[in-house]
Amino acid sequence: MHEQSTFLSRLQRRPEAWLLAVILLAGLALSLASPTFLTLPNIVDLLESYAVQAIMALGLFVVLVSGGIDISFAATASVAQYVAAAMAAYAGLPPLVCIGAGLLIGVALGLLNAALIHYVRITSIIATIATMSVYFSFLMYVTGGRSIYNLPDWWTDRITFYETETTSGDLVRITLPIVALLVAALLTWLLMTRSKVGRQLYAMGGNPEAARRIGINIAGMQFFAYGFLGFMSAAAGLLQAHRVGESVPNALYGNELAVLSAAVLGGASLTGGIGTVPGVLLGIVLLAMLQNGLNLLGVSSYFFQIVIGLVILISTSITVLSARQRRRRRPIGEALNV
Amino acid sequence: MPAASTPYLRLAGISKSFGGVKALSDIDWDVRPGEIHCLVGENGCGKSTLIKTVAGVHAPDPGGVVLIDGEPVLPLNPAKARALGVQVIFQDLALFPNLSVAENIAIERHLNRPAVPVSQARMRALALATLQRLDFPLDPDKALSELSVSERQIVAICRGLAAKARLIFMDEPTASLTRAEVRRLLSIVQKLKADGIAVVFVSHRLEEVVEIAERVTVFRDGRKVGTWPAAEVDQARIISLMTGMDIFHGVVARDMTKAPPLLEVEGLSRAGEYRDINLTIRAGEVVGLTGLLGAGRTELALSLFGMTRPDSGRIKLDGQVLNLTSNRAALKAGIAYVSEDRLSLGLVLRQSIAANAVLAVIDRMKNGLGLVGEGRRRALADDWVKRLAIKIPGLDKPVQTLSGGNQQRVVLAKWLAAKPRLLILDSPTVGVDIKNKKGIYDIVAALAREGVGILLISDEVIETFATCDRVLHMRQGRIVGEAVPGQVSEQALEAEIYA
Ligand SMILES: Nc1ncnc2c1ncn2[C@@H]1O[C@H](COP(=O)(O)OP(=O)(O)OP(=O)(O)O)[C@@H](O)[C@H]1O
Ligand SMILES: [Mg+2]
Repeated sequence: MHEQSTFLSRLQRRPEAWLLAVILLAGLALSLASPTFLTLPNIVDLLESYAVQAIMALGLFVVLVSGGIDISFAATASVAQYVAAAMAAYAGLPPLVCIGAGLLIGVALGLLNAALIHYVRITSIIATIATMSVYFSFLMYVTGGRSIYNLPDWWTDRITFYETETTSGDLVRITLPIVALLVAALLTWLLMTRSKVGRQLYAMGGNPEAARRIGINIAGMQFFAYGFLGFMSAAAGLLQAHRVGESVPNALYGNELAVLSAAVLGGASLTGGIGTVPGVLLGIVLLAMLQNGLNLLGVSSYFFQIVIGLVILISTSITVLSARQRRRRRPIGEALNV
Repeated sequence: MPAASTPYLRLAGISKSFGGVKALSDIDWDVRPGEIHCLVGENGCGKSTLIKTVAGVHAPDPGGVVLIDGEPVLPLNPAKARALGVQVIFQDLALFPNLSVAENIAIERHLNRPAVPVSQARMRALALATLQRLDFPLDPDKALSELSVSERQIVAICRGLAAKARLIFMDEPTASLTRAEVRRLLSIVQKLKADGIAVVFVSHRLEEVVEIAERVTVFRDGRKVGTWPAAEVDQARIISLMTGMDIFHGVVARDMTKAPPLLEVEGLSRAGEYRDINLTIRAGEVVGLTGLLGAGRTELALSLFGMTRPDSGRIKLDGQVLNLTSNRAALKAGIAYVSEDRLSLGLVLRQSIAANAVLAVIDRMKNGLGLVGEGRRRALADDWVKRLAIKIPGLDKPVQTLSGGNQQRVVLAKWLAAKPRLLILDSPTVGVDIKNKKGIYDIVAALAREGVGILLISDEVIETFATCDRVLHMRQGRIVGEAVPGQVSEQALEAEIYA
C-alpha cells in the first residue's frame, strides 16, 4: 500500500526532474519561435541579467525551508544598496567599507524580521509585509526617490573572468554577476546539505514542535535564516548597482513575487522543510525563459505577472491536496501489510 | 533482573501541582537498568505528568529529588534529560515528515556531536546499524511520510537508541496499533531490554501490561499505590488496585427486532473503501462494528456522517432517503460522529472546555440577534461535564490541559449536546482507563434507553460484547458476519476476525 505513490506526491518529491523537462520543452519551443533564443550569447546574457534575482531566491529558499516566508527582501536589498552607494558616491569611502556596510545593513534588517517573528510571534508573512513597507517607504522618504548616478569606478567597472568568441562572431563573457551567482549557489548548497545548520533548518521546517523537543535552538535557527536572506539580498542589491551603474531606490522593489515563484517553482514548499538549491536554480531559469520568451514573442508583460500568480497558487494547492490525499489513504490497508 | 542492581533512575518525594490541581504527590519510584516497567492508572492519575517531569518538560515542585545513576540531576531540562539517556516516545512521535528515515533516526545524535560534519553516508550507516539492532527491516532512504504509524513509532524508538538512550518512556504506544503491530512492538521492547535499555511502558490495555512487564507500578489520583513484580499481580488485581471495580460482567443483549428502524443503509459502496453495505439500526439499538484496522469501518462511518460521498447506494433515516452533502447536513438530520482521532479532528485544543463542549450546537444556541449568550453556553457545558463526570480544573481552562481520557469525554459531550438520533462512536475508549470505560458504556446504555440508535466501532470484541445488542464484523470493506452476544462466544468472534 505504501509503495503506491500518487502522481501528485511523486511530482512533489522530484520536482527538479519535471522542471528540467519543462525547461527543455520550453527552450525548444522558444527556439523554434525565435532562432536567436537558444544561442550561447543569449543564454549567458539571460544568466547575467537574472543573477540578482537568483541570489535573492537562494536566500529566500533558506527562509522557506525553515518554515517561514519573507516578503521584505527586495526592500532590504534596496536599502543596503542605497546606503552603500551614498557612502561611496558622497563620502568617497573605500570599497571594503562600503560593501561591508551594505552587507551589514542587510543582515541587520533580516535579524530585525527574525526578532519580530520569534519574540513578538507575528506570523512571518504579516511581519515581513509590514517591514517591507517600512524599509522601502523609509528609503523613499529619506531620499526623496533621488537616484545616485555618480558611483565610483571600482563599483561599476565590468569585471570579466573569461571571454571567448563564438563561431558566429558573438562575444561571450563570464562576468562578475555570473560568478557571484555560482559562488552564492555553492555556498547555499553546502550550507543546506553539508552543515548541521542546514539539517536543523530542514527539521524545523518539517515539524517545529519536534525540533524544539530534540533540542534544536529555534531562535538561533530563525535568526540565522532571516539573517542569511538579509545578507544575500544585500549582496544582490550591491550587484544590481554594479550591473546598471547607478543606484535607483525603487529598482528592485516589485520583484518579490517573481523571486518567490521561482523558489516555489523549483520545489521549495511554502509550508516549510522541502526544497533544494538545484531546484531553485531551475526555477529561476524557467522564469527567465518565460519572461524572455514572452518578450521575444511580443506578449504583454502583464501576462507574465499572471503566470507568476498562478504558479504560487497552483504549487500551494498541490502541497495541500497531496497532504489531504495522504491523510485519507492512511487508515486503509494499514492492517493489510503487517 | 537481579533485585540487587542499583536503579538507573530514582525519584524521591516528587510532587507536581498545576495551579490548584495536584497532579503528583510525594512520589518515590525507581527504574532499574534494562527492566521493563509498566505504569498503570486511571485517566488523569498523573502518568504523563510523571514522564514529563523526568524528561525535563515540567519542573517538579521544590523538595523532591531525581537521581540518575545515583547522582542528583535537578533542575532538568529536555536537552539535559536526553543527554543523561532519558528518551520519551510521545504519542505524536515528534518526527520530521519531510525527512528520510535515515535523517530522522540520525538527526539527534548528530546534533549532539558538533565536531562531526554531516554526511548522508554517515547518517545512513547510523540508521542502518540502529535498525539492525532491532532486527527491523526498513529502507532508510524512504520518506517518513510513506510509513505507517507503527513504522514511524519504530523510527522514533531508533532515534532515541541512536542518541544513546538508557531509558525509553513510551506513553500509550499501542493505542493506535493493530494487534499484529502491537506484537511487533512488544518484541522490540524485549530487544531493547536485551540491550540493557530500560523501558517504561504506559498502557490502558492490561493484557499487554501483564504480558510484558517485569514490574508494575499503579497510580491513583497522583499518588503511587505501589510497585509489584509482574508475577505477583494479574489483570483483576491491577484493576482492583486502580479502582476496586469489576467491569465486564455480562451485559445482556436485547432483542430489538420490534423497535422501528432508524437507519437503513442499502447497497452502499465507495471505491477502495467499502462495498455493498447493507445494515439497519433500530431506534434504541446499540450495534457494534468490529474488524481489523483498515477493514473500512471508519470510512463507512465518514460516509454516514456526510464527510465523504458514497459512489452508490442509499442511506435512509426514518424511512427518508438522505442526501448527505456535508457533515452539517448529517448533523441537521440528527447524525453525530465521534471520531477515533480525538486529537486532530475532535477538539480545538487551545480553546476552553466550555467552548469545545458547545461547538456542535452553536447554530442552535443563537438568540434573536444571532449571538450566543455566555450564560446559556456555560449552563449547557456545565450540564454535560456533570453528566459525563469529566474531571476538569474549570470550564474556562483550555482543553489541552486535560489528561487524555478526559479530553475524550469532552469530545463526547460536544456531540451529545447536539442531541443526535443516531450516534456513531468510533473507538470511543481508546486511551481511556477501565473505570472511565465503564462510564462511557453507561452513557451508551442510557442514550439507547432514550431511543438513540448507536453504531459503536471498536477493535475490542470484549467491549462490543459488553455494550451491544448485535455485533457486525467487517473485513476488507464488506460486512461479512453478524453475532449476537450471548448466542456466539467472544472467543468465536475473535477467532473469526483474526483468522
Ligand atoms: N499543563 C497542565 N496544566 C494544568 N493541569 C494539567 C497539565 N497537565 C496535566 N494536568 C492535570 O494533571 C493531572 C494528571 O494528568 P496526566 O496527563 O498526567 O494524566 P494521565 O495519567 O497521563 O492520564 P491519561 O491516562 O488520561 O493520559 C490531570 O488532572 C490533568 O488535568
Ligand atoms: Mg497520559
